[in-house]
Amino acid sequence: MIFILQKTLIFTIPLLIVALAGMFAERSGIINIALDGIMIFGAFIGAVVTLVLRQNIPFFVDHNQLMFVVAMIAATLAGALFSLLLSISAVKFKADQTIAGTALNLLAPAIALFFIKVFTSKDQLEMGTAVDSLGQRQDFGFVIQNKEATGIFAVLFDKAYISTYIAIVLFIILSIFLYKTKTGLRLRACGEHPQAADSVGINVYKMRYLGTTISGALGGFGGYLYIATVANGTASGAVAGMGFLAMAIMIFGNWSPLGVAFGSLMFGFLKCLSVVYNQIPFTKQLNLPMYFYNIIPYLVVLIVLGISSSKSRAPKAEGIPYDKGSR
Amino acid sequence: MTKSKKRKSSEGLKSLSASLLCILGGILVGFIVLAVLSIFNPKIGFAEAIRGIMIVLGGPFSGGGNSLFQLGNMLFNATPLILTGLSACIAFKTGLFNIGAPGQYLMGAMVTLIVALSLPSSSMPVALIWVLAFVSGTLAGALWGAIPGFFKAYLNVNEVIVCIMTNWIAANVVSWVFNGSRFINVAETKVNFIMKTTANNIATPTFGLDQLFSGGSVSSYADISIFIAALVAIGLYIMMNKTTFGYELKACGFNRDGAKYTGMNEKRNLLLAMAIAGGLAAMGASLWCLNGHQDFKWDTYQTLPTDGFNGIPAALLAGNNPIAIIFTSIFLKYINVGGSNLAANTAFNEYVSQLMVAMIVYFSGFARYISSIVGKKKKSLQEIESEIKMTKEEKK
Repeated sequence: MIFILQKTLIFTIPLLIVALAGMFAERSGIINIALDGIMIFGAFIGAVVTLVLRQNIPFFVDHNQLMFVVAMIAATLAGALFSLLLSISAVKFKADQTIAGTALNLLAPAIALFFIKVFTSKDQLEMGTAVDSLGQRQDFGFVIQNKEATGIFAVLFDKAYISTYIAIVLFIILSIFLYKTKTGLRLRACGEHPQAADSVGINVYKMRYLGTTISGALGGFGGYLYIATVANGTASGAVAGMGFLAMAIMIFGNWSPLGVAFGSLMFGFLKCLSVVYNQIPFTKQLNLPMYFYNIIPYLVVLIVLGISSSKSRAPKAEGIPYDKGSR
Repeated sequence: MTKSKKRKSSEGLKSLSASLLCILGGILVGFIVLAVLSIFNPKIGFAEAIRGIMIVLGGPFSGGGNSLFQLGNMLFNATPLILTGLSACIAFKTGLFNIGAPGQYLMGAMVTLIVALSLPSSSMPVALIWVLAFVSGTLAGALWGAIPGFFKAYLNVNEVIVCIMTNWIAANVVSWVFNGSRFINVAETKVNFIMKTTANNIATPTFGLDQLFSGGSVSSYADISIFIAALVAIGLYIMMNKTTFGYELKACGFNRDGAKYTGMNEKRNLLLAMAIAGGLAAMGASLWCLNGHQDFKWDTYQTLPTDGFNGIPAALLAGNNPIAIIFTSIFLKYINVGGSNLAANTAFNEYVSQLMVAMIVYFSGFARYISSIVGKKKKSLQEIESEIKMTKEEKK
């Protein structure tokens, strides 16, 4: 059971962060369909930074965790910068946000794969080489081991990544920011009724830039978390559709932090069932194929949505470019 | 009358020139990337960057001696893209975002392959099996596409989330159905793929196109499916612009509540629009499979077909005009072929072409902004002309 929960946590964290990323953009009124691309870009830059640091600076070889943090920061900055492409086109040029987002989704893997292939002649970038007894690539060693821990402590403090704590703390801080601060309220107002927000002196453009940039930063961060923890240190110009999944989780969570947290935990748990079903006696007995367990998380989301849909409410002004002249 | 016609043609010209500007911008970015790389990498010269961009722009014509062969394959590969583009287009027109085309595509491929490989070609006319496989595949996709339509219309669930869920469900269902089945291509020891439909003597007629577009002795995949796709595009154009149903769909896209209050059955329309979108995407898969020379990878549960997603940029580039989608799809595949020729002949790789396409799509988002700039200049000229006319008339 502890093993399943540990795995669940690893799966949940990137989803949680990227779903929050989507929330920040949409709450400010910009549909960020580019989450997938931003994740790919952040993951790519994070992997490049890790490799460059390790090959050139011996200090970081001895201080794995520090290197991990530096790479996370790099991925976060990369995501924020990359998302500027979206916010500039959506806010300044009032372009269709779906088009810009689709373009970024095409652009990120193209950039990543182009440079990976030019410099390594391979289609993917591997951050680690040696595999330890737990099947983890140890030389970008992010795993914290704490074998004496039991129960909930084992889930949280054994075979965990420091990124997990950073992500949870970030999630809480940013949720409070969005709901309990003046800026957060203003940001949300721009997603609901930008004209009203403007009339009381809020700069709608600025707020939308802020929302999208935070979204991009979180997206890049989440992308790096994904390849470092779930994908075992491989940047390959794809994140297995995690960005779109996170978007789905955001809608599922009704654009609210608690809903997103619940959604990503549930999805993470169901998703990890498909990885570990062979190791649980009960599910092993059922003798169902892997595909069955793969389908379950998606099916459950659909059913839950179908039942609870009447409560679902998107930010009112999302996707509509703000025009001062319109009413 | 003439004035409105004139305005229409000048608008068309404007949007065309805006599109050309977008394409130029994308090409420029691609060239800059190659140039920068050649400056920083001592092994690659600047001349190589120029040669590289020319190869990409040459598309199938830059591959050396076998350009006819590459051209034929390009036309064939554009077929499914046209149809997924149309799928995205009809959804956009109805105010929906069909990101579920990959799943609809997979369901269509699965049913088409099963029908085409199961019905006995010894006792049934081959043409009938072809038609049955094509129709059943299309219907399967339509049903699959109707799921997000139903959720959107009757349960008020965002179609994007349902599309994403159904994509991955479809990918797993297809793998599940084909896993261990008799359709796997064991005969040619390609165990990751399904048998080609030619194993049951089913193939789309080529009318000699494969011979026409061939590299000497090797014929290309070209068949008449691209004409079928073009016909469907024309049909969709007529449906959207000349029929009541098309008008209702567009009304739903403009304003769902407005459509409802004018007495249209907006829920039924949303459902039908998604079903048609699903059918179109599946039709693309059907035509691709029925070519008879394609290997369909059945163990697809971790990947979704890229042609499903690329329908969206094809539709966006075409400004959601069904006829224009034929050309944007061919253009996308043209650049693609150029990219693979680039990888084969230089130190660069095929992802440059993907990068250029991404930038073209990105710039096309600015199309309204660009054409408003272009338009302003034109308007002022026309205004001057009309002013001159007015003054002349006054003098008379």
